[in-house]
Amino acid sequence: MIDCVENRLLTSRRGLLLGGASFAAWAYLPKFARAADGRDPRLIVVILRGALDGLSTVGPIGDPDYAGLHGSIALTADGAHPAIMLDSFFALHPAMPEFARMYRDRHAAVIHAVATPYRDRSHFDGQDVLESGFVGPGRVQSGWLNRALEALPRGERVSSGLAVGPTTPLVLRGNAPTVGWAPVALPQADDDTAMRLMELYRHRDPALASALSQGLQLDKAASGDDMKATRGNAVAQMRQVARGAAKLMAADDGPRIAALAFDGWDTHANEGGPVGRLAFLLGGLDGALAEFESGLGDRWRETVVVVATEFGRTARINGTDGTDHGTGTIALLAGGAVKGGRVIADWPGLKLANLHEARDLKPTTDLRSVIKGVLQDRFGLSDRVLAETVFPDSASARPMKGLVA
Amino acid sequence: MARDTQAALVALNRFGFGARGGASGDLINASSDPRGFVKAELARPNGVLLEAPGLQSTPQLGQAVFAYQDQVKQAREAAKAAAPAETPPAAPTELRRNPSLNAAATEIAGQMAEAKPADNAARPDAMQPNAAAPPAAKPAPQPLNVIQKTFRAEALARLQRATLAECGFTERLVAFWSNHFCISASKGELARIWAGAFEREAIRPHVLGRFPDMLRAVEQHPAMLFFLDNQQSLGPDSRAGQNRKRGLNENLAREIMELHTLGVGGGYTQGDVTSLARIITGWTFAGRQGQLGSPGSFVFSVNAHQPGPQVLLGRSYEATGLAQGEAALADLARHPSTANFIATKFVRHFVADDPPPTLVARLRDVFVKSDGDLKALAMALVDSDEAWKAPLTKMRSPYDFLVASGRLLAQVPEDPSRYLSGLNLLGQPLWSPPGPNGFPDTNAAWAAPEGIKLRLDIAAQIGARLGNNIDPLDLLEFAAADAASIETRRTIERAESRQQALALLLMSPEMQRR
Repeated sequence: MIDCVENRLLTSRRGLLLGGASFAAWAYLPKFARAADGRDPRLIVVILRGALDGLSTVGPIGDPDYAGLHGSIALTADGAHPAIMLDSFFALHPAMPEFARMYRDRHAAVIHAVATPYRDRSHFDGQDVLESGFVGPGRVQSGWLNRALEALPRGERVSSGLAVGPTTPLVLRGNAPTVGWAPVALPQADDDTAMRLMELYRHRDPALASALSQGLQLDKAASGDDMKATRGNAVAQMRQVARGAAKLMAADDGPRIAALAFDGWDTHANEGGPVGRLAFLLGGLDGALAEFESGLGDRWRETVVVVATEFGRTARINGTDGTDHGTGTIALLAGGAVKGGRVIADWPGLKLANLHEARDLKPTTDLRSVIKGVLQDRFGLSDRVLAETVFPDSASARPMKGLVA
Repeated sequence: MARDTQAALVALNRFGFGARGGASGDLINASSDPRGFVKAELARPNGVLLEAPGLQSTPQLGQAVFAYQDQVKQAREAAKAAAPAETPPAAPTELRRNPSLNAAATEIAGQMAEAKPADNAARPDAMQPNAAAPPAAKPAPQPLNVIQKTFRAEALARLQRATLAECGFTERLVAFWSNHFCISASKGELARIWAGAFEREAIRPHVLGRFPDMLRAVEQHPAMLFFLDNQQSLGPDSRAGQNRKRGLNENLAREIMELHTLGVGGGYTQGDVTSLARIITGWTFAGRQGQLGSPGSFVFSVNAHQPGPQVLLGRSYEATGLAQGEAALADLARHPSTANFIATKFVRHFVADDPPPTLVARLRDVFVKSDGDLKALAMALVDSDEAWKAPLTKMRSPYDFLVASGRLLAQVPEDPSRYLSGLNLLGQPLWSPPGPNGFPDTNAAWAAPEGIKLRLDIAAQIGARLGNNIDPLDLLEFAAADAASIETRRTIERAESRQQALALLLMSPEMQRR
C-alpha cells in the first residue's frame, strides 16, 4: 500500500523532472487567478498538534455548567485577566488580542463544538484523520489539501502548495507537487556545489533530486532581510515561521496555499487559565496570525487562515488541573476574506447528559463541513469532488455556506 | 574468502552507523563476513552499557536540579529584598516573551512541573536580563547551568560511543528502543537533566535483554513518570486523592498501551486506559523533601495508590500495591498485539517503510516464543534473507547522517555543540521528539525538500572545515569502494575543490541511504 503510493509520488516527481520544470518549479509557479472574477485567493491551514482545549480558548461562559466543569482553569468575564467577550455567551482567551481585533473587524470567526469524524482518542490517529481527510485512520499517504490542489483545473491554476517546516505535514502530502521551506541559520552551500549534487541525484536518485531542487528554490525565495533563524522562544518561532510563509505567499508568483503545524497543545497537567501554559501557546498562535496579516499586505483581503486541531479535551478538568483527550473543540477562521465577527455553534450544552460519553463537549458540527465550505467558496470545488475526492465518503457533511465573503 | 561489498554496505549502513574511516578497515572486514561482522557486537558482554566518568545516576541528577532551583530562587529573593522598588512584578506574559531558546522549551514545561506561581523564580528565564534581575544577571553570555552541562555531557558520551563503535548495530538498537520509549527533554528541567540517564538506566541494560524488563524499567523511571505526568496522578479514592481533591491523569497509562506495548487498535478501550491509570497511581519519584525516599528516585506511594482490585483487558488484578501494576505490565508485554506492534516497527526501521509481512511474522513469533528476548529478536533479523536482499532505500535520519559522517571522517567529537545544533536544524533535536510517539521512521519524514537542502548546507560546512586535510577518494573507498556508483565517483573526482568533494561525498546517495 505504502509502496504503491510512494511509487506514484516518485513517478509524478520524476515526470516533473523530465519535463524540465522541477528545478524551476518555484520560479514558474503559474499565477493563480480565477479568470471569471479576477480574484486571487490565498488559503493557509494551521494544524495545532496535540489537541487544543477549545473550551479554554473560546469559553462558553454563558453556559451554567462551564465554570463548574472547567474549574480552576475556566475563563471568566472578570478578574485580573478577563476573557474578551465575543458575544453574550462566548468569550475569547485574553492571550489573543490580535484575533479579537480581527473578530471585531469581522475578519475572524469561531466555529464551536466541532470535530472530525474520528471518535477515539489517539493523537496520532486523530491527526491522521484531520490531515488525511479520510473517515478513519489508516495508512494513507495523502492529505485533503493536496487532493484539493490536484482537483483544481489545470492551466492557469497554481500547481504547488507550500509546506512550512522541516518536514511536509500529511495534510499537504500527495501527488500534487509541493514545495517546502523552513527558517535557516546556516551559511549555505554555494550554488555550484548544489548544481553538481543535483546532477548526481538526477542520475542516481530522482526522489532526492526532486526534493533538493525544491528546497533550493524555496530557500532563495524566502531569504531576505530578517529571514535567518534567530534564537528565540517558542512564541518567536511561531511568529517567525508565519512571517516567512507570508513573505513567500505575498509574492506574485508565490504559492497560494500553505500548511504548517504548531506542536505542544497536549495540556494534560497544569494547563493554566488566563495565564499559564496554554496562554503562552495561544499568544504564539495569535502572534502568528498577526504576522500573516502584516506579511501578506494587500493579499490579506483575499486570505483565509483555517486553524484546526485533531480533537478537543475533556469538559471536566482532570485531577491535575489539566484536561485529558476529548472530542468536540473549536476551529478558527481569520483573514480579510472571512465573513467574521461571529461564533458559529449549534451549542449542545454542557449538562452531563449532553456530553459525549459523559465526558467531552459533544460535536454538533463536522469539521469537514467547515473546510469544504471554505474550499468551495475559495476555489469553486464542486460538491461531488469535495465529497468523493477531497474528503472521501463525506456527502453527509455538506459544505457550510457563507463562511467566506 | 569472497568479498561482497554490497553486503558490507548492508552490514554497515542498514544495521550499523556506517563505515569508519582511517585505519579501521571496516568495509573490508564487513565484506568478508557480513553477518558475522554484525553479530560480533552482540556477543560482547556489557557492550551496550554506557559508563563514562562524570555521568551520574537519576537520583543524583534530580538532587542537582532541586539544589539549582533553590539557588536560583534564593538569588532572586535576595535581589528582591535588596531593591524592592526596582522590581515591579512584570506581568507573567511579559516575563514569558524573552526566554532564551532552551529556556523557552523549559519554560513551557516548567508550567507543568511547577504548580505554584512562587516557583516562577526557579525558572531559568528568571535569569534573563529582562526579568527582575539578580545582581549576577548581566547581558553577558551566561555560564552553563548544571542542567545544560549534564545534557551536553550525556549527549557527548552517546555520540562518542556511536562514533567509535565497530559496526554500530548495538548503538542503533539503543537509538531504536530509546525512540520507541521516548521522553522529551523539552518537558522541563528534570526531563532535560534525566534524558541521558533514562537511556543509560532504563534502555541500555535491556537492549539485548528482555522486553518485559525494559518495559518495567521504563515505566518506573522517574524521567518517564515525569514526562507523562504520572507523578501527579492520584487515585481518586486514595488518601492523597481525598485530602488534596485531585485525581487521575491518564496520560502515561494511555501511552503505555498505545505506544509502548499494544499499539493503537491493539484491542484496548477507554475503560482499559482509565483502569491502567488507576493501577499505576502511586508510581512516582521522591520529591525534593525526600519524604518518600531518596529525592529523585522511583518510589511507590501507597498514599496515592487507588485502593482495590482493577480489571484490565478482561483480567482482574488484585489490590497488591506495586505488584498490581507490575503484573499488568508483564501481561501487556506478553500480549499478542505487542509482539505484532514491536515486530512491525522493528522491521520498518531496519528493512523498509513498508515492512515485508513474512519477516514481520517471523520476528513476531520469535518475540512470542522467547518471551520478549530482544537479543533473539535482533539475531533473527540478522539471520533473515529479507534484511540483506531489500534495496538500501531508507533515508538516513539526521542523527544517522551526522554520526555516519563523523565516523567516516574519523572525527571523535569532543564537544557536542555541532551535532546538537545540526540535529535541531534538521528537525531531530536529541532526546526531544515532538510527541510521545517519538521521531518518525519513514522516508516521507526525512527526504523532504527543506531537510535535504539543510543537509547540503551542513555538508558544505563540514567540507569547508575539514576538506583540506582529506582525500575524498580515499574516503569513498572507506565508505563504499566498488559498490559506489560511477556517477558518484565521477562527481567527487571532478569537484573543484577537496572541500566541495567532501560535501558531495557526504550528500551522495551512498551516504544518504541505508
